Amino acid sequence: MIAVLTRDLRLAIRAGGGFGLGLAFFLLVAVLVPLGVGPEPATLARIAPGILWVGALLACLLTLDRIFALDFEDGSLDLLATAPIPMEGTVAMKALAHWLVTGLPLTLVSPVLALLMNLPAQGYPWLLASLLLGTPALSMIGTFGAALTVGVKRGGLLLSLIVLPLYVPTLIFGAEAVKRGAQGMEAAVPLLLMAGITFGAGALLPFAAAAAIRVNLR
Amino acid sequence: MSIWEYANPKKFMQTSAWALPWVSGAAAVCLVTGLIWGFFFTPDDYRQGSTVKIIYLHVPAAMMAINAWVMMLVTSLIWIVRRHHVSALAAKAAAPVGLTFTLIALVTGALWGQPMWGTWWAWDPRLTSFLILGLFYLGYIALWAAVDNPDTAADLTGVLCIVGSVFALLSRYAVNFWNQGLHQGASLSMDAEENVADVFWVPLVVCIVGFILLFVALVLARTRTEIRARRLAALVARERMA
Repeated sequence: MIAVLTRDLRLAIRAGGGFGLGLAFFLLVAVLVPLGVGPEPATLARIAPGILWVGALLACLLTLDRIFALDFEDGSLDLLATAPIPMEGTVAMKALAHWLVTGLPLTLVSPVLALLMNLPAQGYPWLLASLLLGTPALSMIGTFGAALTVGVKRGGLLLSLIVLPLYVPTLIFGAEAVKRGAQGMEAAVPLLLMAGITFGAGALLPFAAAAAIRVNLR
Repeated sequence: MSIWEYANPKKFMQTSAWALPWVSGAAAVCLVTGLIWGFFFTPDDYRQGSTVKIIYLHVPAAMMAINAWVMMLVTSLIWIVRRHHVSALAAKAAAPVGLTFTLIALVTGALWGQPMWGTWWAWDPRLTSFLILGLFYLGYIALWAAVDNPDTAADLTGVLCIVGSVFALLSRYAVNFWNQGLHQGASLSMDAEENVADVFWVPLVVCIVGFILLFVALVLARTRTEIRARRLAALVARERMA
């Protein structure tokens, strides 16, 4: 399982493209929104939590179809399926690798973008905590969506359609936690609910994703 | 004799051919009775005026939009556990019907909301979760359409339906948490405190029964079409092999 993880990480870093793409997209969102809605600091501060979360979500979505598609095309997914580790483990490692190359960097650069978006200072810890806890759920749900659509030609758009409704609870709780934190309100409840979704997704979705992969390889 | 006999396509076709006219007829009778009664023979509400009458479309459609997904969940589970093709095809057949009911509920809700709340759309928990339910239906239908092999498609959509059910439920409570809105609470709960008055209640129940029967009739008819399409595909494939 460690081998699968390191292989995916190495591929992601060396092959380029996918690794920086999500980050660049996240940055673009944070640049375009002030251009679109106007630069008033008060407005930006009010919409910052939502925009940052939506940006992170879309950046995550952008890189999802790479999780299985390349392995499916060159046949290494079949090899992974016959490898002596369970498919569930492979899927979980794939999701972890996706998180390490998209979710974690997004979380780490988010304070800089929050600065651009004029997020109130007390919102920063909540932004970091919610992204750190929430982006693994995005990766895991996305891995499930990618597993469903791996056999479909040009499945990217279909993948977005399937995955976006599944992202709704995570987005709501994540953005709500940041919003409450930025206003100096109690924000632990949405954060905990979102953490519950993350752990639930991590515990259950590998089985669903592995089942979908097996169906697609049959 | 068990219910699983009806999983045999031949048996299903026979039974549904017999049942379909009866169910359709009963649905038509209930809908015509309920709607005419509701529209023409009930008084206007003292606050809402005649716009209250849209309830006879709105509430049953909304109920069936959710129940259609539940039915798809059950049939998907049956397909995944027992591999009965009719079950998977019934789930496939129900999805567009459920989507249509969702759209009816959303559109009639907008038409009702405009005079009552002064807005076509509000980001209210119920409205939002219905919009998300519509998206779930779209994704489900798109996945069916995208996968070529019917058995693979049935498996994948089955998994999607199960996972989607969990997330649809989560979304429901998430949007509740996110915003407290305009929409009134349940009007048909068993405790009579919040119920609609009896004059509206009886035709509404008739309409709900009519919508349930309409749903069953549509799903039966569409499932028959799916089975025939599957048989046709098998015949074409055999032709090509020969």
